[in-house]
Amino acid sequence: MNRLDTNLPRSDVIDRDFLEHRAKLIDIAAFLDRCERADGTDDFRLRALRTAIPLLIDGQPERARRILESFSDPTSEPIPEAPGKGASGAWEGSS
Amino acid sequence: MRYIDPHAHMVSRTTDDYEKMALAGCRALTEPAFWAGYDRCSAEGFRDYFNQLTSIEPARARTYGIHHFTWLCINPKEAEDVGFAREVMQVIPEFLAKGNVLGIGEIGLNKNSKNELRVLEEHLEIAAQHQSLVLVHTPHLEDKQKGTRLIMEAVRNQPSIDPGRVLIDHVEEHTVKEVLDGGFWGGMTLYPDTKCTAKRAADILETCGTERLWMNSACDWGVSNPLSVPTAALELRARGHHPEAIDHVIFKNPMAFLKQAPAFAKRAEAIDVGHPPE
Ligand SMILES: [Zn+2]
Repeated sequence: MNRLDTNLPRSDVIDRDFLEHRAKLIDIAAFLDRCERADGTDDFRLRALRTAIPLLIDGQPERARRILESFSDPTSEPIPEAPGKGASGAWEGSS
Repeated sequence: MRYIDPHAHMVSRTTDDYEKMALAGCRALTEPAFWAGYDRCSAEGFRDYFNQLTSIEPARARTYGIHHFTWLCINPKEAEDVGFAREVMQVIPEFLAKGNVLGIGEIGLNKNSKNELRVLEEHLEIAAQHQSLVLVHTPHLEDKQKGTRLIMEAVRNQPSIDPGRVLIDHVEEHTVKEVLDGGFWGGMTLYPDTKCTAKRAADILETCGTERLWMNSACDWGVSNPLSVPTAALELRARGHHPEAIDHVIFKNPMAFLKQAPAFAKRAEAIDVGHPPE
């Protein structure tokens, strides 16, 4: 009773969520177009995004976990000093 | 529907939010001490804050029939100055016996620095000395996975703290399994842009199971939604999940963890049957 097994058939999942995620994909496409129309070069965040996108279509499972990992700091030691308080969403040393 | 929001920064919310949460079925909430959006300039500023968390907020919550509990600490965003953090940590024991205090939280790491880690370890010592429950904040975004691992190691280095009495919050797809495999509890924070959406939280519950997991809004002064827990419950209902299984996640799970704190255990029955706070 306490388990939450996946109940919905795939067609229902698609019915419920397709339009929302179609829109998100177009947002990503428009964001990349917008960046490329703007003067300047990619920074580490945009490079991280470009690295993550192919994971969507590599046919392997656990895409969300693997994309989160691709944005993550892979080191394991504490850093000497906090450079500030914020996080940017991608590891600057990753590219 | 009844639910517990185990992570809500109500000092940053309006009274209207208390009303909306009560209308949605919120029976109890727990409020960890956190960063105010600016660094406080003295330990006395924290004393004022701890007073607010232990007397003012419970009274506001009571107006809407919601049981209010809290956790005390200096948060990791203000932990880079170890000397200052120690001044604040000296104030904490004065408040631990207040009627709504559950333990130490939300401690943890922010940028995974050496000083943050030292302050985390000293907080864990306070928790060990007072046999308190612990609520842990894990870092944001790119720092989360590394920070979560450092935090779990720090807790393991404190053998008198049972991982079953430690809730590691803000888990996502890349940290949830390690947290649960380590015997800890995991919290999923429902945020629109960062952390987890309601749909992803539902996915995690479907794939990782419902044991030792809870959901919270972590509503604060930033982009957040105080109704995100009932919103996620609605997502689970729309996926066809049984109401009892949903109740297990949004009510019974937080009850089971929080009841380990004597301050919560005393009121657990009232919360279970829906009596307002006295
Ligand atoms: Zn918080």
